[in-house]
Amino acid sequence: MNIIRKASTTILRPQFNYQKVILFPGDGIGPEISKAVIDIFDSAKVPIEWEFHEIHKKRVTEQGDLITEETLKQVKALKYALKGPFETPIGKGYRSINVTLRKRLQLFANVRPCKSIKGVKTPYPGVDVVTIRENTEGEYSGLEHEVVPGVVENLKIVSYNACQNIAQYAFEYARANNRKQVVACHKAGVMKQGDGLFLKVCDDVAKNYPEIEFSEEQIDTMAFKLANDPTKIDVMVMPNLYGDIVSDLCAGLIGGLGLTASGNIGKDCEVYEAVHGTAPDIAGKNLANPTALLLSGIMMLKAMRLNDYANRIENATYQVLEEGKFLTGDLGGKSTTTDYTKAIIDKL
Amino acid sequence: NYLQRPGEGALKNVTLIPGVGIGPEITNSVRTVFEALHVPIKFDVLDNFNFENDDSKKQLRKNECILLGVMTEKNQKYTDNYKFYKYLDLYANITFAFSFEGITQRHHNTDIVVIRENTEGEYSGVEHEVYPGVVESIKVTTKQASLRIAEYAFEFAHLSGRKKVTAVHKANIMKLVDGLFLQACREVAQRYSFIKYEEMIIDNCCMQLVKNPTQFDVMVMPNLYGSIVQNVVAGITGGVGMAAGASIGKDHALFSQGCRHTGRDIAGKNVVNPSAMLVSSTLLLRHLGLPNFADQICRAVQHTIQDKNIKTKDIGGNATTDQFTSEVIKSLGR
Ligand SMILES: Nc1ncnc2c1ncn2[C@@H]1O[C@H](COP(=O)(O)OP(=O)(O)OP(=O)(O)O)[C@@H](O)[C@H]1O
Ligand SMILES: Nc1ncnc2c1ncn2[C@@H]1O[C@H](COP(=O)(O)OP(=O)(O)OP(=O)(O)O)[C@@H](O)[C@H]1O
Ligand SMILES: [Mg+2]
Ligand SMILES: [Mg+2]
Repeated sequence: MNIIRKASTTILRPQFNYQKVILFPGDGIGPEISKAVIDIFDSAKVPIEWEFHEIHKKRVTEQGDLITEETLKQVKALKYALKGPFETPIGKGYRSINVTLRKRLQLFANVRPCKSIKGVKTPYPGVDVVTIRENTEGEYSGLEHEVVPGVVENLKIVSYNACQNIAQYAFEYARANNRKQVVACHKAGVMKQGDGLFLKVCDDVAKNYPEIEFSEEQIDTMAFKLANDPTKIDVMVMPNLYGDIVSDLCAGLIGGLGLTASGNIGKDCEVYEAVHGTAPDIAGKNLANPTALLLSGIMMLKAMRLNDYANRIENATYQVLEEGKFLTGDLGGKSTTTDYTKAIIDKL
Repeated sequence: NYLQRPGEGALKNVTLIPGVGIGPEITNSVRTVFEALHVPIKFDVLDNFNFENDDSKKQLRKNECILLGVMTEKNQKYTDNYKFYKYLDLYANITFAFSFEGITQRHHNTDIVVIRENTEGEYSGVEHEVYPGVVESIKVTTKQASLRIAEYAFEFAHLSGRKKVTAVHKANIMKLVDGLFLQACREVAQRYSFIKYEEMIIDNCCMQLVKNPTQFDVMVMPNLYGSIVQNVVAGITGGVGMAAGASIGKDHALFSQGCRHTGRDIAGKNVVNPSAMLVSSTLLLRHLGLPNFADQICRAVQHTIQDKNIKTKDIGGNATTDQFTSEVIKSLGR
């Protein structure tokens, strides 16, 4: 945390047009990659000011959350937060941090853009897809029971309201980000009522966005297309479980979780995060790749309509990755976190 | 060599359902190749098969083996293959996906077999509206069905000399239903100590499949994950036109493409790739104790694609279905 505190003092500028944003630096490599983001944003003169908050190792609320009421309130007040990776403590009596954030802040959508990075070799060049996943219900409602010994049931819940929220968000996202197509993924042939409802709502919402081409695809067919030729796919919207699977599959297409941004969207606030782990094996050694958190931060800037800053940092990052002279170990390079960060800053 | 029991060369009856979409084209290809080889099989063709019709259903039980194109009930948008699985209790669905040199594909040196529970899970079809605007779909998992699919997967791995079985699940979220499935897999795994057993969460599994698929061998999983993973493994190898498959139960066996799609977009245009169906038909031939015909067809398909460079559009060529089929016939007997 020390480096963070120090770094943060250097960027506190008492200017009234600076917007405050929350930062949860995280565990393991979290502080190092957070510092990289702070430094890069600082060099790009992004008009935001970080407010640091902690996530605890023990429950701090009645409900067993690892995050205080004050912090939750503050996230809502400031609207935007960036979050590094967190260790999940093992044991009972508390809720995972992601569940807390999602439930308490009603973050109903998870958004994961995946774009091929020149310089990172994969069998899938030219990918540029976005997965928009319903984040609150579906198979993840936690409703399960044993009917008789040896027979268990899991209830998948699909509600009109949640479908409406996610469909609307998907089209708004497409419009705001200048995307041309939205495809709804489902298995309405099997789950005629549940996925059928999801599909019907998407279909209805699509009518309000005539400039965006709308289509539907069965989830298995979509999985085939993504694994075979993902280059024709644009924005995808889908229920919880499918989104969980597809967003990871897409991350795999571009080289893994170390390169993918993620945003959790609610009506009141948005939490952007690196979805990779805390990497305890390399923590504190200046070896971590900060790209996922950086791209998440860039996504946040776009949501804040600070597009000029976002694009400038994004271009610099892609250039450094493409040139391949300052890559971190996970990408086959030999550079340190600070070298890579400096290379991006030099390109700004 | 295969030494037949006396009389094994007699004609065997196999039910053939061409179905809809690309079904008639791919099953036709199989029929032409079988004729050219004088395979001792007589097809009982059910052209207008219909589950509403009791006569149809009776005929379905008549023969042990069925060759199926694609099934969709009238006015239905999506495939209806599930009805066969339920009716005949074809609980194990198997899809083969392996790299085939000479065609466009994303990954090389891959050889994966996906074994999918075919009768329950999300496909149990129990759904209702609990409140206006709120729908519940029930995923049902039973110990019995989980055990028998796990059993099938390990038995398959054993009998085909495979080294590893990976169980795919989401038990961190669906603690009870996928937990039960995993428990069954672990139970069976213990009895096969000479086969490596691993578990992987479905989302990570799909990421691994597109990044590093050579780590996988035999995979076993519940119904819906199976549907997704079959398609991913087809996608990373030669596509759905190359992946063969079958659905097997105690009394019947149904052979169709490994990924079950109607293919309305390409149906009737003479561009469909019949390879997956041809290879599936060789699974049928082996199942009936006719391995020599199976070998010949496999070699002919391979020769056509690799040596003659004759390929359909989906795998990077421009041959029609008919051209491809006649080249396969010309390559027989090698
Ligand atoms: N229990 C059920 N009740 C009603 N319809 C069902 C049920 N289970 C499945 N379906 C039907 O499932 C069909 C889709 O499943 P299908 O039989 O096509 O499986 P599949 O295509 O072989 O498998 P997949 O597409 O998952 O690989 C739909 O046409 C739908 O009508
Ligand atoms: N034998 C084949 N050769 C070439 N392409 C194939 C073959 N079989 C399927 N495909 C292709 O696979 C893709 C997926 O099929 P399709 O669109 O029919 O799936 P779907 O409509 O989601 O599934 P369903 O079968 O349930 O209707 C299509 O582009 C189709 O053309
Ligand atoms: Mg289709
Ligand atoms: Mg299907």
